Amino acid sequence: MKDLKSQASRSTTPGKGGLTPEIQSRIGHQLRAMYDDVVRQGVPDRFAELIKKLDAPGATPHVENEGGSNDNNGRD
Amino acid sequence: MPLTDSLRNDILAAVPSLRAFAISLSGNADRADDLVQETLLRALANIDSFQPGSNLPAWLFTILRNLFRSDYRKRRREVEDAEGNYAKTLKTQPSQNAHLEFEEFRTALDKLPQDQREALILVGASGFSYEDAASICGCAVGTIKSRVNRARSKLAALLYVDGAEDFGPDETVRAVIGGSGG
Repeated sequence: MKDLKSQASRSTTPGKGGLTPEIQSRIGHQLRAMYDDVVRQGVPDRFAELIKKLDAPGATPHVENEGGSNDNNGRD
Repeated sequence: MPLTDSLRNDILAAVPSLRAFAISLSGNADRADDLVQETLLRALANIDSFQPGSNLPAWLFTILRNLFRSDYRKRRREVEDAEGNYAKTLKTQPSQNAHLEFEEFRTALDKLPQDQREALILVGASGFSYEDAASICGCAVGTIKSRVNRARSKLAALLYVDGAEDFGPDETVRAVIGGSGG
């Protein structure tokens, strides 16, 4: 974390390629395009089910690994 | 407050943007969904501490962000996963050119310090006010503003200006840009 911070301050080069409104809007556009691609996917079933399960009184959160994702090796 | 139907619906409605935030932060779709799941479980377990009428998305984003930060401290991000894996999460595959541009943007975003990346995403993509973003990140409004500005400048330097080599590339970055700084 600390190294990131020192890197950040070192790399701030004022004046270099100044941020024109055009570049700003281009960055904003790409950022939102990336983000909205995921937003448009809606609510995956696993989360809808998770929240639904908690609807029933006295229900306890039941964590399950749906879909048996096969690249979970070494996680946790 | 108790978990009412309307609160449950509001939480559900926040899931798509929580996922987008998690993927933007982690660069890894699988890990992002784990983060979202843990966020939802925490939120539901602590629903009593949510103040009715306050900003639910901001509350959920705060939980997710803190989970991500504590996870981050435990293990560094898996940079090599960031590119291909993310593209696979897209339902509509962009055209080749758009795809390249997208990958470039994603790679540049991953090079930002975490503080700046999260500030930029919260304000520039999630649409939070500077005030909300500051409360999510637990810092001053001015700090958020300066992080967003630095993030934008850095992205501009990386994407649209030649000679951003003073950025201080780490090994992975060096491999990506195929050269060393200086």
